[in-house]
Amino acid sequence: MATLVHPIAVAPGQRILRWLDDRNVLSFLFMLPAAGLLLMFLTYPLGLGVWLGFTDTRIGGPGIFIEFENYVSLAGDGVFWLSVFNTFLYTLIATVAKFALGLWLAILLNHNMPFKALIRAIVLLPYIVPTVLSALAFWWIYDAQFSIISYILERMGLITQYIDFLGVPSHARASLIVANVWRGIPFVAICLLAGLQTISPSLYEAAALDGASHWQRFRHVTAPLLMPILAVVLTFSVLFTFTDFQLVYAITRGGPVNSTHLMATLAFQRAIPGGRLGEGAAIATAMIPFLVAATALSYFGLQRRKWQHGEKDD
Amino acid sequence: MAYLETLPRRLVTVYLPLSIFLIVLLFPFVWMGVTTFKPNDELYNLSEHSPFWIKHPTLANINKLLFDTDYTDWLINTMIVSVVATFLSIFASVLAAYAITRLRFRGAQTVGLLIFLAYLVPPSILFIPLATIVVELGLYDTIWALVLTYPTFLIPFCTWLMMGYFKSIPYELEECALIDGASRIQILARITLPLAIPGLISAFIFAFTLSWNEFIYALTFVSSSENKTVPVGVLTQLVEGDVYHWGSLMAGALFGSLPVAIMYSFFVEHYVSSLTGAVKE
Repeated sequence: MATLVHPIAVAPGQRILRWLDDRNVLSFLFMLPAAGLLLMFLTYPLGLGVWLGFTDTRIGGPGIFIEFENYVSLAGDGVFWLSVFNTFLYTLIATVAKFALGLWLAILLNHNMPFKALIRAIVLLPYIVPTVLSALAFWWIYDAQFSIISYILERMGLITQYIDFLGVPSHARASLIVANVWRGIPFVAICLLAGLQTISPSLYEAAALDGASHWQRFRHVTAPLLMPILAVVLTFSVLFTFTDFQLVYAITRGGPVNSTHLMATLAFQRAIPGGRLGEGAAIATAMIPFLVAATALSYFGLQRRKWQHGEKDD
Repeated sequence: MAYLETLPRRLVTVYLPLSIFLIVLLFPFVWMGVTTFKPNDELYNLSEHSPFWIKHPTLANINKLLFDTDYTDWLINTMIVSVVATFLSIFASVLAAYAITRLRFRGAQTVGLLIFLAYLVPPSILFIPLATIVVELGLYDTIWALVLTYPTFLIPFCTWLMMGYFKSIPYELEECALIDGASRIQILARITLPLAIPGLISAFIFAFTLSWNEFIYALTFVSSSENKTVPVGVLTQLVEGDVYHWGSLMAGALFGSLPVAIMYSFFVEHYVSSLTGAVKE
């Protein structure tokens, strides 16, 4: 009887297809391109960067391991500490402003009005357009001699002398923060708008019937329900502002006299034009602890389901 | 609640602040446009010419940009880099996202988390070691250095986006096909991917705009003018010493912004919904 059961002949092509249907084989093959590229150009350089921070590598020659020498010299480097101060100041002020204005804009956009879709599309433009190119527009707007802002203020009789936006350290910092906020508002506004639209209008109606004022409705309905999405957007915003390079490089290149360097621009300055790759890598590596802290904070924050559901912390 | 508000009140609380926001957000672009078409004698003589009007519009700035600089090279380079890096990343991301969400291999969740973390690694801490790798691979000063390094930020983003899309497609569809004897690859090609086309479009626009925007890698890995991308070229080649040719600079900024702005305007709804969807995930 056994002879009746012939093994089914399998063509070689079909054998490969069968083999490909094995979940683990297929998963491995599918993960290969992404994993290969990321390991080669992300994980490996990340490790290499930390290693370079412990060497005296220069452009054009291999370096030797020098332990913490880069970090020791950075600890006594005033420009480095100024860049750390600038990075925190820039991140703090820009983030607060972006969120305050972005939330306001989101609330405005959440009203019913004509041309709603068009207005929303226009709002996102600063976020779409290459940062460096809009930074150039700001550079021109901040020009010492032909600034349109100075021109308008002078015509209005508010100033008598053109403002030197980028020539004075404190002015230059403020100018950079304004440009960063301008670029960041759309992202915050559109994301928070999406959050606002998930809030049911009946909640507001119920609150209004109970006699809640505008502020009370915002405080007790909008704010808690918006919290989860706010937390995510905040994390992204802080990470990207903290590691920003483009705006500063395009507008001030760290000047006047190093006063607007962020850690990222200083790392570039020392490593590429300066040729000291090891020192630049050490500055870049010094940014990692902050990034890890910010990410972990938001990650664990989001894990707390209760908070996500809009209730207060215990 | 809007219907409870009176018109004058709405004008002050909604339309006025909204108009100010729109004016401020759009002004730099308007300014780029005005400067692009303005002759130099009007541009640099504010006492005789109002800055807001152009009395004699000129194409001289655009002419200078197109014929006296490598601008067209930069446009072509940016286009090639963006398209190739985008396709490469989407190919890798679709496969990875499918494996993570559908094949559910052992450790798929961990891999998903690692990809999310990869997205949080900023280019400004990778560019120094990447520069040394690019030199060692012999890719320094070629656009291929950019094509191969842009996926480091494109793949995590696209994979994340596609994972969300795949999750939204009912698994039952694939199970039916499996029972009917379709292979996994057939299922991906004939069932899942066609259903995920909106996701693919979003991934394409995002990846394309991100590549078009990229600056620090392009600044670090490419040095010859003819190999530069638009953002780097405009910033590093059009500024000669202390003399800024603002007309041409703004023309460069304007025309460098247009391709992404046009593409975005065609798919704006896609863009907004996936941007907000990705954040809500």
